[in-house]
Amino acid sequence: MFPYLPHTEEDIKSMLEVIGVESIDALFDDVPEKIRLKKLLNINEPMSELEVSQYMKKFADSNKGVDDLICFLGAGAYDHYIPSIIKHITSRSEFYTAYTPYQPEISQGTLQAIFEYQSMICELTGMDVANASLYDGSTATAEGALMACGATRRNKIAVSRTVSPGTRKVLETYTKYKGIELIEIEENDGVTDIDDLRNKMDKDVAGVIVQNPNFFGIIENMSEVEKITHDSKGLLMINADPISLAILKTPGEYGADIVIGEGQSLGNPLNFGGPYLGFISCTKKLMRKLPGRIVGQAEDVNGKRGFVLTLQAREQHIRRDKATSNITSNQGLNALTAAIYLSTLGKEGLKEVAKNCLKKAHYAAELIGKSSKYELRFNKPFFMEFVVKSSIKPEKVNKELLHNNILGGYELGGDYSNYNDDILLCVTEKRTKKQIDDLVNIMEGM
Amino acid sequence: MKIMEGYYYTKNHEWVKVDGNTAIVGVSDYAQHAMGQIVYVELPEIDDEFSKEDAFSVVESVKAASDIYMPVGGTIVEVNEDLDDEPELINTDPYTNYICKIELTDENDIEGLMNAKEYEEFCDK
Repeated sequence: MFPYLPHTEEDIKSMLEVIGVESIDALFDDVPEKIRLKKLLNINEPMSELEVSQYMKKFADSNKGVDDLICFLGAGAYDHYIPSIIKHITSRSEFYTAYTPYQPEISQGTLQAIFEYQSMICELTGMDVANASLYDGSTATAEGALMACGATRRNKIAVSRTVSPGTRKVLETYTKYKGIELIEIEENDGVTDIDDLRNKMDKDVAGVIVQNPNFFGIIENMSEVEKITHDSKGLLMINADPISLAILKTPGEYGADIVIGEGQSLGNPLNFGGPYLGFISCTKKLMRKLPGRIVGQAEDVNGKRGFVLTLQAREQHIRRDKATSNITSNQGLNALTAAIYLSTLGKEGLKEVAKNCLKKAHYAAELIGKSSKYELRFNKPFFMEFVVKSSIKPEKVNKELLHNNILGGYELGGDYSNYNDDILLCVTEKRTKKQIDDLVNIMEGM
Repeated sequence: MKIMEGYYYTKNHEWVKVDGNTAIVGVSDYAQHAMGQIVYVELPEIDDEFSKEDAFSVVESVKAASDIYMPVGGTIVEVNEDLDDEPELINTDPYTNYICKIELTDENDIEGLMNAKEYEEFCDK
């Protein structure tokens, strides 16, 4: 007897009698004998609810997250402060649903929330149009690349090696099966090699992808990249850190055509790697090539404001083979989180977060730079991440830090063979002076 | 339904008017009726080259988005930029408001297209 089946033996017997069948097994006569599973599933014995929750808790407790450790790890996922108002709003049942309620007659709340999110992303990136969101920063970048190829009818994408290695891997997967040629632009002293970009640009390159601040935390020379890209009529795609946009020049001001990025920083927890939030925005000229859902503001028959999905001819349910993308989902709850985060902080609040990241990271870099065992790898303007060249093996440094309840930086050797001795450290607004001092003292004491 | 004498037509309801080795291309009155209110026309780029029956433009209406195919092969020499701001001009007069002008690659491409009378019969089927 299964605990969650409501029928008693007697119930079953009388039901079988009514339909004139001998046994439950007889109901499955149509399933051939040879494909039936004749053994029990290979899983644990049943447990009570109490046992299950204890069992699972034991597993969960063996994880150490940013509540248990002091985090100096970034590299694409960031430990920013999350205002407590977020969970109260996102857990409302109207929002907290796996179903995407898009019928405008009954979904004005959800549609308006997405519209607000889109508006904020546009403002943050300095662009005209944003979609309702994508899976994460990497897939958003890949979607941007496909969009560029579609819009220019060209077949090559150039990506800088200073773009996050994880993002480049996803890009590789997406482009490989679309027959798009992916070319990498070399990195030179922590930034995109402008000469290499100039040499590799030709009229087959649909677009150039640069991350700013780049994977090493450095602010790229975007105006050079923009000029070279647009001179050969390619599209400029900037993968941006949304927090940094509060104090840096926006991609729109740099002349970007498509802006993509990871929105986890905007109030979303680290979630063990996901779900995250991909954002994408573009110029008005490209809006009919934008992938995914777009919510627009409209008027009903009485002239009242309302929200609807719009420009759907881009989407695969209209023209399957010609759609910009086969994406139908968005990350509604994560996008809502971002919208609540941005509206809670407001313009000044977001600037304050960004300035704190900037100041604290620079304070940490300055201290580490004075050390005899470590030096700063690059002498370039950076936002909240910086690369440290270590005379002690990076994994040894991280092990020692972990020993002291500190989550150390990202070891670059695995992705960049020329930076085998290097650690990428990240300092967000959450870190205190004492935590930074402790980090430096432990590193110095090794 | 309006059909212009002296124009050639395709089974996809494009029209083409040939003048020497230049051809003007658009969609027929039948097509604009079928599509309904047109909200956007994706124009080709000047100097783009297309073969006969290649999709070269997309006309989007409130109902659907339809590919428009080349009635004849050639190179785009001019596009009707008025359609960028006023795509609904096609609904007003689909024969004046062409999509583009092309330089013909092969005048024999006209073979197999319908004349006005044949097209009228084709539409009545």
